[in-house]
Amino acid sequence: MSDAAAPAQPPDRRGLWRRIRGTQGRNLWFAAFVAPFFLGLVVFVYVPILWSAVLSFFEARNTVTPTKFVGFGNYAYLLQDRLFLNSLVVFIAFAVFIVPLTYVCSLGLALLLDKITIGRAFFRSVFFIPTAVSYVIAAIIWRFGFFNGARFGLLNSFLRSLGLEQPINWLGGGNNLYWVALVSARLWLQVGFYMILFIAGLNKIPVETYEAAALDGASGWRLLRWITLPQLKATSVAVIMLLLINAFQAFDEFYNMLGSIGQYPPYGRPPLVHLYLIALGGGQQDLGVGGAGTMILTSIIVVFGVAQNWILNRGGKA
Amino acid sequence: MNISRRSLLLAGGSLAAAATLAACGSNNPLASGTPSEAKPSGATSPNASAPAGGGDVTLQQWYHEYGEAGVKEAVEKYAAAYTAAKVEVKWTPGDYGSILAAQLLTTDVPDVFEVEQGGSLDMIRSGQLADLTDIMAPVKDQFNPAVMKRFTFEDKVHGIPQTIDMQLLYYRPSLLQKAGVEPPKTFADLVKVADAVKSADIGGFFAGNDGGLGVLGTILIWASGNEQLTEDRSAVAFLNDNFYNALTAYRDFYKSAGLLQAASAEWYDGAAFVNGETAMQWGGLWSLPDIQKAWGDDVGVLPFPAIGAGGRPAVPFGAFGACVAAKGKNVDASKEFVKWLWIDQDEDQVDFSNSYGTHIPAKTALVAKADKLAAGPGKDAADFVSNHGFANDIMWSGAMGDAYNAAVSNVIKDGKDPKAEFAAFEATAKTELAKLAG
Repeated sequence: MSDAAAPAQPPDRRGLWRRIRGTQGRNLWFAAFVAPFFLGLVVFVYVPILWSAVLSFFEARNTVTPTKFVGFGNYAYLLQDRLFLNSLVVFIAFAVFIVPLTYVCSLGLALLLDKITIGRAFFRSVFFIPTAVSYVIAAIIWRFGFFNGARFGLLNSFLRSLGLEQPINWLGGGNNLYWVALVSARLWLQVGFYMILFIAGLNKIPVETYEAAALDGASGWRLLRWITLPQLKATSVAVIMLLLINAFQAFDEFYNMLGSIGQYPPYGRPPLVHLYLIALGGGQQDLGVGGAGTMILTSIIVVFGVAQNWILNRGGKA
Repeated sequence: MNISRRSLLLAGGSLAAAATLAACGSNNPLASGTPSEAKPSGATSPNASAPAGGGDVTLQQWYHEYGEAGVKEAVEKYAAAYTAAKVEVKWTPGDYGSILAAQLLTTDVPDVFEVEQGGSLDMIRSGQLADLTDIMAPVKDQFNPAVMKRFTFEDKVHGIPQTIDMQLLYYRPSLLQKAGVEPPKTFADLVKVADAVKSADIGGFFAGNDGGLGVLGTILIWASGNEQLTEDRSAVAFLNDNFYNALTAYRDFYKSAGLLQAASAEWYDGAAFVNGETAMQWGGLWSLPDIQKAWGDDVGVLPFPAIGAGGRPAVPFGAFGACVAAKGKNVDASKEFVKWLWIDQDEDQVDFSNSYGTHIPAKTALVAKADKLAAGPGKDAADFVSNHGFANDIMWSGAMGDAYNAAVSNVIKDGKDPKAEFAAFEATAKTELAKLAG
């Protein structure tokens, strides 16, 4: 029977709608559940980011609908601001300390806890619990407990028991000892989280790989160097990226450890603290300069992220 | 009853939709209802007092959270006594300045609110504050002149001073006497006295865990005999040898043993002085009750002493001003209310300043009625504001203040050259002043 003999069928107008709906209306249900969150993302994340970019080209003091266009004036203002440029240096110094240190400590803890058989759950919990602590609370404990510069501060009392009579002003500047407080607080808060990521990565490495390497005579450092670390490459890339972004976003512990009412010293000032002070400090709202600052920071994070991804993936895909 | 998956999803979806619609009712996280709507009986939020008083208009009045017990109840009592309108008091804990600034960008603004120093230049320029000159003009002379000078910009007033707070130097006369020294009259005296009274157990002078730079930085301008800005506010007015010498004098003091570099609390808390960690402390008048409770009559107060030959004593003061939202729905009724409360009600103004901590009434005639200021340190403090009181210029913006503090810190802590550091500051200030001038 030829096709020409077949009667002409009317177009199935319900076909498209059926495809959109999906089997048992699954597509519609998917849209119904996802739409609120997608809308929230658009309204509370993407629109503010875009509006911030728009504001960065205007003089926007105490207004979100400015009229005075200043082009790249706000960008030029920030890039000539010594304190803002210094804050970028502070970030780099902080990242240079905190990223490798957290990486090594969390990987080390993960390797230790991966091997032990007794009390594994207990120790995992002990190291992970600080992740749940607020940065603000941790900063206050560090500032007024451990690193209190008074004679009876915890560390000063300990040092006095060792014979050091003159109390150390840990956070007061004039020395670089405030870095000890800042880095130790962040280490305490973050190491547990990244340790869990590494433990998950370690669990994915097949035991057979180690067994085969052991049969070839590998052990100890050689197993770590040639089996564990390469197998953890994907996890490492993610961890380093997260650590770097987190370092850029440093605010709470810096602000609460070094700041006072309406004041913040010029040292130990990361970019977000500086932008907060000049854009929102003291109830003022210079949203144009604030917007320009966030755009500059976003660009830097993107550049670092792309560069890191390129460097770590040069040897092939993770 | 059988519950199908579909009916459960339908019920859940309906609840979510209802919650979403309810959330759209107000964009103010602190609001308990729209200002002009009558509330159902008992429908009050934890932070909101029930509307009180009479009249057809409902006003929203915002306060920041005061530290002293009883202030919230007192301001609610004042609001309840007003009969020409209903007044809802909003008590705002946390970062009041940021919350208020964000709220004023919306269309749902509070009718009446406190603002530090009667309003910032940005608030005035962007038209957020109603002009109160007409209600202040007849009574302007009744208020502390130093405060009114700060509250006046281009001959207009946008806030009514509520009460005055100030900073001052506390000392223990008995400790000074024991060391054989007199209370310091000059900065050079302060250095000598601090050195004389310090011991292994007690520091000489304390002004914060940053060595006092944060709180004393700006005072160095006034105490060295200078002003922040020129008369026409087009440039900074203190970059001279007197100021540079003041910086180097403080740098020497910072390195000496007489300055207590760190204590159990910051300068704005009287704890270090109360705990006996220091013989002298820079602090706030608000700490006076705690300090007198600890040391009784063994407490003296001083302004920050003059530095150098051209110097003068100085104390910084601050005052919250009651402001009216220019974009509010009831501007005239709000102006009537703030006039009633902060100009006409003398008794409430004395109560507000005197009954909860120690503060100075903004109207000079009322100072005599505040018993905590009748004698001793309280009286001295009130006199300091009149005779030696200074406040940041309205064009001394946050960005400029931040750059200034950084330069002071670099000179005193890092030993950098004052002229070079402040040349950079001057460039920043020039840009900022040009932007502020509009």
